[in-house]
Amino acid sequence: MHMLLMLLQAESAAAALNSNALLGAGIGMGLAIIGAGLGIGRIGGQAVEAIARQPEASADIRGAMILTAALVEGATLAALVFALLFKLA
Amino acid sequence: MQKPDIGAMIFQHTGDSKLVELPFGLGEWHLPGPWYIPGTHVDVSPTKHVVFMILAATLVFLTLWYGGRQVARRHREGRGPRGIGAAVEAMVLFVRNDVAIASIGHGGEVFAPYIMTLFFFILYCNLLGLLPWGAAATGNIAVTAGLALTAFLTIEISGFRALGPRGYLKTIVMVPPGMKGIGAVIMAIIMTPVELIGKIVKPFALTLRLFANMTAGHFVILVLLGLIFVFGTAPAAIRYIVAGGSVALTLFMMLLELLVAFLQAYIFALLTSVFIGLMRHEH
Repeated sequence: MHMLLMLLQAESAAAALNSNALLGAGIGMGLAIIGAGLGIGRIGGQAVEAIARQPEASADIRGAMILTAALVEGATLAALVFALLFKLA
Repeated sequence: MQKPDIGAMIFQHTGDSKLVELPFGLGEWHLPGPWYIPGTHVDVSPTKHVVFMILAATLVFLTLWYGGRQVARRHREGRGPRGIGAAVEAMVLFVRNDVAIASIGHGGEVFAPYIMTLFFFILYCNLLGLLPWGAAATGNIAVTAGLALTAFLTIEISGFRALGPRGYLKTIVMVPPGMKGIGAVIMAIIMTPVELIGKIVKPFALTLRLFANMTAGHFVILVLLGLIFVFGTAPAAIRYIVAGGSVALTLFMMLLELLVAFLQAYIFALLTSVFIGLMRHEH
């Protein structure tokens, strides 16, 4: 029984470091997605509003929308890639 | 029953390897190697993603060459193109006029071939990743970093040629117009690192965006299919529900990936041309 407890403790000490890294990766991914959701949601909403006001300019607005969304997405994906690195490293 | 290791399976499918799975049960192709550059530990032998990049480049050449010839022939005969020719003409005109020339501004025709090469190469790489037995070479960060490096060199060299040495130096050592004396020196000291970081961040963001988009899509598809194996020991009713649900979701994700394949090729080409245009028209 005593041996088993010692084994469990030794294992959990090594696992604790790993699980802290995983927790950090998970929280980081979630925070990045909250930011991206707010940002891209706002871009999409405003673009739809702009197209509703001025349907003849919809091609230009769509292009600007995709460009801005891509820029926001780039920063988010950088955060997700670094979160993935926590899992791998 | 042995527990399935979904994580290892995902990395085996999205990662690079020396093994190409041939279609229709033809077995596997072990690539030769390692070939070291003499005197170093740099391995330059081909891998699975290199094979798929060469395949994508060959397919780009064949389809666009055939499409271009068909368009030219049918225009000579006074008729509109059809089939592959019409598709190639529509996409080439879109990338040339609405992406390259519209974003770079005047003088954009010079860069149209480069932007179109980026677009079609990335598109074909992305689409090959969606085929059975296929692999997305753009899901490898080295491939996207190489593409972004060509974009970086194009942006900087075209900026240098358009602005001249003095104008190019101004994009690095930025002094706000109207500032003189000690204020200008302080601003230059503060702004120079910011401008240099800004130059590096552009290709870095291009690299990560393409890599992460392609990899994330494959991860989601593989995780959804992996659910079937995770529930492999569950009662039969649950297994059927999980299998049906995950196949339906996988179908949806595959369709979304088809959209993303086009969208990411478009965004890479668009952002590269926007950056070239910004650099050339810096004053």
